[in-house]
Amino acid sequence: MRPIVLTGGRLLDPSQDLDEVGDLLLQEGLVEACGGTISGPEEAERVDVSGLVVAPGFIDLHVHLREPGGEHKETIASGAQAAVAGGFTTVWAMPNTDPPVDDPAAVGFVMAAGLRAGGARVSPVGAASWRLEGEVMTEVGELLVEGAVAVTDDGHPVWSSMLMRRLLEYTQTFGIPVLQHAEDRELAAGGVMNEGRVATVLGLRGIPNAAEASMVARDCQLAELTGGHLHVQHVSARESVEQIRLAKARGAHVTAEVTPHHLTLTEEAVIGYRTEAKMNPPLRTEADRQAVCEALAEGVIDVIATDHAPHHYEEKEREFDDAPFGIVGLETALGVCRTHLVDGGVLTLSQLVDRLSCAPARIMELDGGTLRRGTPADVVVFDPDERWVVDPARFQSRSGNTPYAGEWLTGRVKRTFVGGRERYREVSSAETRSRETSTRGG
Amino acid sequence: MTGTTGAAIGLGKDLVGLEDLTREQIHAILDTAEPFKEISERQIKKVPVLRGQTIVNLFFEPSTRTRISFEFAEKRLSADTVNISSTGSSVQKGETLVDTARNLEAMRIDMVVIRHGSSGAARFLADRIPSNVINAGDGQHEHPTQALLDMLTIRDRFGSLEGRKVCIVGDILHSRVARSNIWALLTCGADVAVCGPKSLIPHGIEDLGVSVLSRVEDAIEWSDVLYVLRLQLERMESGFVPSLREYNRVFGVKRSRLEHAADDMIVLHPGPMNRGVEIDSDVADGPRSVILPQVTNGVAVRMAVLYLLAGGRPEGAEAAKAGGA
Repeated sequence: MRPIVLTGGRLLDPSQDLDEVGDLLLQEGLVEACGGTISGPEEAERVDVSGLVVAPGFIDLHVHLREPGGEHKETIASGAQAAVAGGFTTVWAMPNTDPPVDDPAAVGFVMAAGLRAGGARVSPVGAASWRLEGEVMTEVGELLVEGAVAVTDDGHPVWSSMLMRRLLEYTQTFGIPVLQHAEDRELAAGGVMNEGRVATVLGLRGIPNAAEASMVARDCQLAELTGGHLHVQHVSARESVEQIRLAKARGAHVTAEVTPHHLTLTEEAVIGYRTEAKMNPPLRTEADRQAVCEALAEGVIDVIATDHAPHHYEEKEREFDDAPFGIVGLETALGVCRTHLVDGGVLTLSQLVDRLSCAPARIMELDGGTLRRGTPADVVVFDPDERWVVDPARFQSRSGNTPYAGEWLTGRVKRTFVGGRERYREVSSAETRSRETSTRGG
Repeated sequence: MTGTTGAAIGLGKDLVGLEDLTREQIHAILDTAEPFKEISERQIKKVPVLRGQTIVNLFFEPSTRTRISFEFAEKRLSADTVNISSTGSSVQKGETLVDTARNLEAMRIDMVVIRHGSSGAARFLADRIPSNVINAGDGQHEHPTQALLDMLTIRDRFGSLEGRKVCIVGDILHSRVARSNIWALLTCGADVAVCGPKSLIPHGIEDLGVSVLSRVEDAIEWSDVLYVLRLQLERMESGFVPSLREYNRVFGVKRSRLEHAADDMIVLHPGPMNRGVEIDSDVADGPRSVILPQVTNGVAVRMAVLYLLAGGRPEGAEAAKAGGA
């Protein structure tokens, strides 16, 4: 594999408080040198990235790649390509496929397909319970042997308090977290959007904040009781934030994620029965949006995860009640967060890189999320100031279900390296045009 | 006539809901309904206003009253009508709503009247076909022609809607009738309240500008118009109220509760009634009830809506009914 020197980029690596112009040498799958002027080996390919940001590759702890069983929505291959197109070098694939990833063979399948995909690193997350039924614990240890990195029943909550307790105890043997989709199924039953004024006007059944927050509260109690690692997925409600804040203050091992859409959109996006704004947990109110933004800035919520949830066009093109939950997120995450959170004054660009890359590596104790010498050469190169229009037809993902379609975003991924290999390079006819029209900042 | 619009009063192509209508538009529809009332009183109840137009009544939910009311309105305006109900249609074979609509469109129709169990279904259809779409009730969203006929009935009695106190009693949470009435009544300057068990009052309803009364006695005393909603049996089954007997005891509208009602207070109900549950016969059949006039007005209001969406002008309604369409 030919060494690569990225020259003249803005090295932005919050894991080592680095923000300076310099070179980066990728050699034999690792970061061989970081910073200053690097001449590198003679055979090295030199890539001029001046004017661009060079950061540790993004890590998405929450994606749905739909394979096996939902290949018309996404495959592991197309999802892994969508990931690198969005600057992600590692994605955690949720197990709610058909059949679910609840046995070692299924984990092995996802691992193998991920390796073949030649995109981002695909880490399978195993089911927490057999068939995601919430009753019998899976063979957690066996799943890990085949490559699983965590367990979850995502798509469903682990509703049984006793199973949750056992999981939080048992997973400590292996030092892995339990990822929880927190939702009281009875309180949420039949709901298709946030409960409140907009649902009342539209005549749609609502899901109250308490459906999420009550289960977050229970899980936090269990994390404290057991000492296990609870990771709260896709936090949407301000009351959940308070529960997480409290649990962390009490020393429980609790971490949490929030999606770009819960950080930037509210229930108002549903008006007009827009199924591309239908997701679970639902988009909440402005007060909730502000609460999750503040929590992310303060570190109460640790990371941004996309909950990339591809659905076929025809599945979304129907009555709101009948459309499936979820939106794609991998290829818009950087632009959406750069535009709304950095320009919106929620995060600095450095904090954004932290929440997308360093923080996920830190809380899950992964190799990555850093440009330090000797770490895996997982690197994203992006233009923080390029403006572009979201066009789902150009996605690498098989699906284009996004509420951001047609929106102008700032911040675009140019190249992505995984293990020192270039896995994505932007080739865009619009590239030159938009470069000319964009205002280039410093 | 495909794709013609209710241009005369700016309705656009469709009538999906009353949320966005102006006071002038609502009054224009009610004014247009006035001359149409008389057609139903004639020996020969037919005028050629919509002659040659094809209207499909697409009902995905069971309905007797609304469907028949629309059908009478269409036939008295000389339209050709086809009724499709979900049982026995391709919907059962997995055809999507949009495909059903496109197939109808391919047969060159002019209007669709749709009743559907999903909120937003009427808008969904209206956005995808060029025909005029009239919402005959979509999920828990809106039922605009019902609210219009209610408004007409209130106006008949009181002369105006401005400042009139209207309380809607019952299952507000699941009621499209309540939503359409709230929008239209507020737009027309009425004072609106809702009353019912808290489990059936939707969150955020106060934000729409209505007040919430928790005792039906207070509602009765406050109101010029008491609008009693049907309580469906399934609400008891899914635990919103413990029993129909108890509902009747606490919220039932009965003569013994009307003691403190204003002398000219009237009682409306969208039908079909559960006698002995939300309303007792001594009120439903009593002097304050305008429940049957509502039904009569329903035909006239629907004629007005059909006429306007087909391109008619409010001031032409009188001439149209005389046969000069």
